[in-house]
Amino acid sequence: MVTQLDFDTDLTFTADEMMTIVASRELSDGDVVFVGIGIPSTAANLARRTHAPNVVLVYESGTIGTKPTRPPLSIGDGELAETADAVVSVSEIFSYWLQGGRIDIGFLGAAQLDRWGNLNTTVVGDYDHPTVRLPGAGGAPEIAFNARKTMIVLRQNPRAFVDRLDFISSVGHYEGHGSRRALGAAGSGPSIIITDIGVLRPDVTTHELVLVSLHPGRTIDEALNGTGWALRVSDELTTTEPPTASELAALRELSSS
Amino acid sequence: MPTITTLHDAVAEHVHDGDTVALEGFTHLIPVAAGHEIIRQRRRDLRLVRMTPDIVYDQMIGAGAATSLVFSWGGNPGVGSLHRFREAIEKGYPHPLSIEEHSHGGMAVRYSAGASGLPFGVLRGYTGTDLPRYTDSISTVQCPFTGESLAAVSALNPDVGIIHAQQADRDGNIGLWGIQGVQKEAVLASRRSIVTVEEVVDTFDSRVRVVLPSWVISAIAVVPRGAHPSYAHGYYERDNVYYREWDEISRDHDRFNEWLEQHVYDTEDFAQHLAMTPHVAGV
Repeated sequence: MVTQLDFDTDLTFTADEMMTIVASRELSDGDVVFVGIGIPSTAANLARRTHAPNVVLVYESGTIGTKPTRPPLSIGDGELAETADAVVSVSEIFSYWLQGGRIDIGFLGAAQLDRWGNLNTTVVGDYDHPTVRLPGAGGAPEIAFNARKTMIVLRQNPRAFVDRLDFISSVGHYEGHGSRRALGAAGSGPSIIITDIGVLRPDVTTHELVLVSLHPGRTIDEALNGTGWALRVSDELTTTEPPTASELAALRELSSS
Repeated sequence: MPTITTLHDAVAEHVHDGDTVALEGFTHLIPVAAGHEIIRQRRRDLRLVRMTPDIVYDQMIGAGAATSLVFSWGGNPGVGSLHRFREAIEKGYPHPLSIEEHSHGGMAVRYSAGASGLPFGVLRGYTGTDLPRYTDSISTVQCPFTGESLAAVSALNPDVGIIHAQQADRDGNIGLWGIQGVQKEAVLASRRSIVTVEEVVDTFDSRVRVVLPSWVISAIAVVPRGAHPSYAHGYYERDNVYYREWDEISRDHDRFNEWLEQHVYDTEDFAQHLAMTPHVAGV
């Protein structure tokens, strides 16, 4: 459920809006961003309409530099192809563009995440006899491996933030302490995890995820209770800047278009 | 040269029990009518290959046409789970389904290797994931020039590759445009191929971006709206309502079996199924 959060300002916003706006703020003008449907796509389009008009949107359906007027419902919407600078095959998008090192930021979601930012989108339970069969890896392993860095958007609760993944579908910081690099991964891995409660970033040395920011109105206890391992909290924990009136207006205009 | 024939005859001639069959189309131009025809002709023991098994493979798996599935992402895009796919894997209904699971990048490389006549393809990836542990067609190879260890994936060479395109010309060349997925690779990797098209034209639309020459195609069938509920750029839009409705139809296998009888076994062709689908009829 989306919660309405009410503060001492005249601005009311939902958890989804907060997550989308934080994700949008992470993008810089000119970034080449590999996006999926949902919050990543909305966030990238919001950035393109606000502070980063030259963000380049790439979807795994092979649309490069696409400029949709409304958030697409699927990665293959016709409008993505119509407004793209180039439409290439799926083989080409994964080889020349992603593996070729042309993507600055990859956006990812998952069913489960661990303290190193590794992701599971494959199964809950045993692989051969799963409790829940999830859709599978899709393009995420290549995005996680090859994008210069990745951003992860995921609601924080103990079912999602787990001590141990049932299956590693996509590699984050692997086992921490620089072990990702030894795998031969091209990109530097997850740089931020944006949740409905706050923001986590990897520790610079161990690469373990650390809570660095709480969204307005959220508490440390909520973050700890939403995490299946002993979550580290930064000594310099901050409060996420709430959405501004102009950010909210732009987001709502985009969402209603 | 391909024969321009009916979809019934194309499937009867080219798709056999036990075949490895790839239906491709990445969110766009999904050959759904061909999937229905394979079910209608009660093909069995198929090894189905598709990067993104979605509604069409949910139907084929639910109907019991497949014993194994090669894939990289199985879901109802924008909606959620594929219930027939999940029940087959989680509970073995209607019978057990073995899986060979990859990533999108790996599948694309496998098709390219198959189309290129190579035994395997190479990519940078898979290390650190659990996929190589469960998937025999993933291994590693050392670069002879740099010594780097890379992922190797075996080539895919389906018995039959099936795609949907906007147009065929009168000579049997195939033209498509918009999002092009891995259709070209799937056709060129396959021993035989069937293409369904929206229409046959005298000369191709100027928007045609990919042309598959007639001599790489085994059979062509004209099936208007044959990619429904996906879309055909320039012809019709994606039917988002149907994707949501499929979640309800497929959730329970009795309801699905009822749908299967009415919409596939009791119909002559895809046009009759479309005519029975309320919000599509009369379009």
